[in-house]
Amino acid sequence: MAESSGDLLYESGTEYVSHHLGFLTFGKLDGHWGFAHSAEEAAAMGFWALNVDTMLISFVLALGFMGFYYFISKKMTSGVPGLAQNIVEMIVEFVIDSVDGAFHAKNKFIAPLALTVFSWVFLMNAMDLVPVDWIPLSAQLIAGDSHLYFKAVPTTDINITLGFATTVFLMVIYYSLKVKGPMGFANDFLMHPFPKWYLAPLNLLLELPGFFAKPVSLALRLYGNMFAGEVIFLVIALLGWYQLPLHFAWAVFHILVITLQAYLFMMLTIVYLNQAHSVDH
Amino acid sequence: MNLNATVLGQSIAFLLFAYFCMKVVWPPIVAALEERKKKIADGLEAASRAQLDLAAAQEKAGEDREIAKQEAAEIVEQAKRRANQIVDEAKEQARTEGQRIISAAEAEVEQQTNKAKEALRAQVASIAIAGAEKILQRSIDEAANEELLKSLASDL
Repeated sequence: MAESSGDLLYESGTEYVSHHLGFLTFGKLDGHWGFAHSAEEAAAMGFWALNVDTMLISFVLALGFMGFYYFISKKMTSGVPGLAQNIVEMIVEFVIDSVDGAFHAKNKFIAPLALTVFSWVFLMNAMDLVPVDWIPLSAQLIAGDSHLYFKAVPTTDINITLGFATTVFLMVIYYSLKVKGPMGFANDFLMHPFPKWYLAPLNLLLELPGFFAKPVSLALRLYGNMFAGEVIFLVIALLGWYQLPLHFAWAVFHILVITLQAYLFMMLTIVYLNQAHSVDH
Repeated sequence: MNLNATVLGQSIAFLLFAYFCMKVVWPPIVAALEERKKKIADGLEAASRAQLDLAAAQEKAGEDREIAKQEAAEIVEQAKRRANQIVDEAKEQARTEGQRIISAAEAEVEQQTNKAKEALRAQVASIAIAGAEKILQRSIDEAANEELLKSLASDL
């Protein structure tokens, strides 16, 4: 399928790959609103534009798993659980264990947040396992536009991962101020790692970049891993019939990657929020 | 990779979904998990309590059996004693009864002997009279000799 679409629609492998890496961006260009027809147009739309494809898939997945959890939670029984309840319980208990292990303060928001992060990131990563052409081709058929950009894996969009990371970062600031107070929060930067007032500038120089690196590294780690995996899937898709065993092998390996990245993202979220709650550095 | 408002959209959606998760989805799931945990703990506790109860009951049953055995032995002992007593009593009774019969028989014999002696005396008197009549060859006034005969008879 990939080969045929490559033959029919794209002049070269480079075009195939770059087309699959483009977004369906909606924004204002030259005074009127509309979809971008190229990466340059999307860039020209500036900040006030929306990647409709990744947002849509992200929303659909979130509604899907949240609806599933909601449905299960409504008919939750403390007796013998069914298959679906068993799955949900397994995930919830895994998240509770992770939170118990890394988060030592009291905050009722952290565990549900971790569950949301883990489930959502995992599912968005799992979109990588859908053969690379299925979703874009379906979107092109529905829209009736054979050159429509449609990106199926939301976590290969830096905007999505940065959305998560920014939220976590703002929550870290919010809880730091709430738990430690403004002075305590400032103290973290001025008195660590050297607890001497005259070394405060040096402390600030050491601590501040690390603090701001947290959300950036959180976003880039997930984005980088998923983007690289996606590119390799696309390159494999260019190989004709040889892609079948290779695609299978890479997909199997990728199951590990998507789970690991989802777990890492959740754990780092918990750890960062734990640091925001711990008065002692 | 150009940044755009998708960041904001994702952030807002993330917070909303996480909030929904905390408010609506999380509590019933955790409540059910806690409840099951409690049920299992209660069940295990009940099981260990039942085991202790069983051990206590077994011990009690053993004690009861021991007591019952002792009581039964006592009852048998008592019954034996009572039987011996009854036998002894019966023996005693039989002996006294025998004694009584013997003494009654002895009295009877004595009475009979006395009666026979009496009759014999009377007969001896009449024989003596008849003899005397014959010896004397004459009739003797019986009344006159009555005193004499009586003394004779008592001498016999």
